Amino acid sequence: MTDHILRMSGITKTFPGVKALQDVTLSVRRGEIHAICGENGAGKSTLMKVLSGVYPHGAYEGEIRFEGETCEFGGIRDSEHAGIVIIHQELALSPQLSIAENIFLGNERARRGFIDWNRTNFEAAQLMERVGLRENPTTVVSDIGVGKQQLVEIAKALSKEVKLLILDEPTAALNDDDSAHLLDLLRGLRDEGITCVIISHKLNEVTAIADSVTIIRDGRTIETLDMATDAVTEDRIISGMVGRALDNRYPPHEPTIGEEVLRIEDWTVYSPSQPGRKVVDGAALTLRRGEIVGLAGLMGAGRTELAMSLFGRTYGVNISGKVFKDGKPIEIRTVQDAIRHGLAYATEDRKRYGLNLIEDIKRNVSAAGLSGLSRRGWVDEHQEYAVAERFHKSMNIKAPSVSSVVGKLSGGNQQKVVLSKWILTEPDVLILDEPTRGIDVGAKYEIYTIINRLADEGRAVLVISSELPELLGLCDRIYTLSEGRITGEVPRRDATQERLMHLMTKGQE
Amino acid sequence: MSSITPAGVKAGAQGGGGGEPRRPGRVSLGGLSLNLRASGIYIAFALIVVLFSVLTDGALLTPQNISNIIVQNSYVLILAIGMILVIIAGHIDLSVGSVVAVTGALAAVLMVNMGMPWPLALLLTVVAGGLIGAWQGYWIAYFGIPAFIVTLAGMLLFRALTLTVLGNRGIGPFPDQVRTLANGFTSGYLGNIGLGPLGGADLFSLLIGVIAIAGMVTAQWRSRAARAGYGQSVEPIALFALKMAAGAAVILFLVVQLARFHNLPWVLVLLAILVLAYSLMANRTVFGRQIYAIGGNLQAAVMSGVKVKKVVFWIFVNMGVLSAIAGIIFAGRLNQAGPTAGNSFELDAIAAAFIGGAAVQGGVGKVVGAITGGLIMAVINNGMSLIGSPSERVMLVKGAVLLAAVAFDVWTKRRAGAAG
Repeated sequence: MTDHILRMSGITKTFPGVKALQDVTLSVRRGEIHAICGENGAGKSTLMKVLSGVYPHGAYEGEIRFEGETCEFGGIRDSEHAGIVIIHQELALSPQLSIAENIFLGNERARRGFIDWNRTNFEAAQLMERVGLRENPTTVVSDIGVGKQQLVEIAKALSKEVKLLILDEPTAALNDDDSAHLLDLLRGLRDEGITCVIISHKLNEVTAIADSVTIIRDGRTIETLDMATDAVTEDRIISGMVGRALDNRYPPHEPTIGEEVLRIEDWTVYSPSQPGRKVVDGAALTLRRGEIVGLAGLMGAGRTELAMSLFGRTYGVNISGKVFKDGKPIEIRTVQDAIRHGLAYATEDRKRYGLNLIEDIKRNVSAAGLSGLSRRGWVDEHQEYAVAERFHKSMNIKAPSVSSVVGKLSGGNQQKVVLSKWILTEPDVLILDEPTRGIDVGAKYEIYTIINRLADEGRAVLVISSELPELLGLCDRIYTLSEGRITGEVPRRDATQERLMHLMTKGQE
Repeated sequence: MSSITPAGVKAGAQGGGGGEPRRPGRVSLGGLSLNLRASGIYIAFALIVVLFSVLTDGALLTPQNISNIIVQNSYVLILAIGMILVIIAGHIDLSVGSVVAVTGALAAVLMVNMGMPWPLALLLTVVAGGLIGAWQGYWIAYFGIPAFIVTLAGMLLFRALTLTVLGNRGIGPFPDQVRTLANGFTSGYLGNIGLGPLGGADLFSLLIGVIAIAGMVTAQWRSRAARAGYGQSVEPIALFALKMAAGAAVILFLVVQLARFHNLPWVLVLLAILVLAYSLMANRTVFGRQIYAIGGNLQAAVMSGVKVKKVVFWIFVNMGVLSAIAGIIFAGRLNQAGPTAGNSFELDAIAAAFIGGAAVQGGVGKVVGAITGGLIMAVINNGMSLIGSPSERVMLVKGAVLLAAVAFDVWTKRRAGAAG
């Protein structure tokens, strides 16, 4: 009989209106590296939050057995006490503290309430040695690179006598050398007897390091593969991740494709927080009038960064490349430039970047197009009302009046307000970043219909989406992005989920 | 990708950041829906006035006392107009008291020591106020230092500058025209008329009052008609008439009382013009809208093409200009520019804005609200001194009112949030 360190069974987690996890099973053998694969939103992170106690016992259904005992974690402290440590994608280090202080944060080496600094730094040095981090324990964390910060996190986990280490996308922000070092370290920890669970989009890493892999799709466990006995290839994992039937959740659309309206060439963007890291690398794409173009990529591929850097340099540093509008080269330095050149960008996070939630519908609709509603700096409030009322009807925004506060609307109706705001600026190119995220099925259909209508009006639409079926159902052409590079361009008739996922997970050769 | 922040957004410059939508609390009074959060401040003001009228046996509302309240608080009310805009944008200005002092000192040096003609001196003083605002606006908007820090430094810097210019003494006296602006009254251009048992009153002041009422009713009526014309919902005609009648009664009462005393104070005329102009600016201009957009959601404003830095810069320039006007009036009223002028005015202006319904996170507030907030404090000050309360008790009450006003605001927000 196999020795399982962890068995999760029948895990179901419901958020209002959404079943994020449904009867999920996960069994991890002692001393293995176990990968969890799935599309964005498949439920991987939710499952790990259930395991680590972020969602406490009672907030979910199902059973967790760790080390043969049933666990009812009330919070992260409980799970850590049992020996389960999770390292999130966004590192949880305190940047102004030293490496040693971070390692023992919340777990200080102290005597009668006073920190024993000699012991702190001595033990930190030992842990750092174990993870291969060659730095002074007193170095401030913000002075070392992300790769080394990741090692600090692991050292911190080791200080807690970890039995099961969970890493969420550990290499997403790392360069190749740091990634290779990290994977070696995980192998070493496995040999010391520490079980690891890693969540990763990089399938080449998964096949290289994992002993078994569990595939999750739409909140359900699809299968668990044993790398030693099953012949597991990247293709095999992909088919598990995407094997989903397409249904007619998409309105039919016959495109009328016209002239090229926007082209970017050799678009390169560097990360503002990690100097020297290319987030977008030599990307090129073309958009034509009347065309709906998809941009597919996994989390961290650089989709939003590409869009925001193009939209008035709202993301990134050292941006280089050429932009052509209607065949003529243009410069877009600010959001105002972008709007003037007929670009619109509806962000993926409506509430943070798209809307003023405390204002009403009409003032949100007019927010980007006030110049068209004003004369010599004075807003024509009656015209503003009339315009908002027009969108209220044409977009079918479900609200009592255009004076309703936007924060009260449902996600779908908020998204319609965002779209109205941008349509008011009369754009030639609309970039829609996750236009249906957090929206229920009925409203999604309405949003798709609006997108089709926008294309029929002769605009070019670029849709960024994590949901492959959505891209396949909506787009005339799809670009794939992986690690900041355009890895493919697939016309609708040739596009399948497998083909796209293959291109999206293509690493650098 | 929650880590992505639009370039140029200084997280530190924004106090808090609004996650939760704010929903106004509403109560229903006999089928009449009333926005409690929006009108609570005016109801509170009315109650406070009634309370102190009773406590002072009507002394609060005598002609001379009304005039005193306006003249003694005009400078704080002028500051409150600028402060509410700063706070709506999500910033704060702690330096206005010191700017009042330094601009008052400058005006005194120009007029008294250098003998410059008073109109030119006033113009230069106002320009200097604008430059002070530009200095602070640069550090806040373009350099990205939080306004709290920049204006805290400004509070010290401009106080130091005042002391450098004045030493330990005051400069005065000011020319008569400046004193009249700060302290004086419109002349009785048309003579007096009898008002029966109320005695004689200035006809010119009464005419101005009647014109103001006519203007208010006409503007409101036309706005209502235009809204109806565009198919917007309008309040029932009876409610509209009631509101207009109440507004007219307040103005008429105020004007009659003032006309019986000494005609209209010039600062009231100035204040009325400023309130009207800034209310229009805040509600009806692109610039005003952008202030609300920045305070409501800074990042959404950036992504909507609002030139955030430019708008914030000009808000502080404006604050500097209004501080200079307040500085001139304060110095003119005392007839000398002193080294301690404007002490703690910033706190009064900030308190006025928050009592008047501004939100700590920004994005919410009205010019008229800030004025009302300032008047609430003025009436408490004046009423309590009329009944002979010691100053520490006045301070205690003002502190409690500020806390209660903001607590009420937070409470209505939370209650509305729980109900939704």
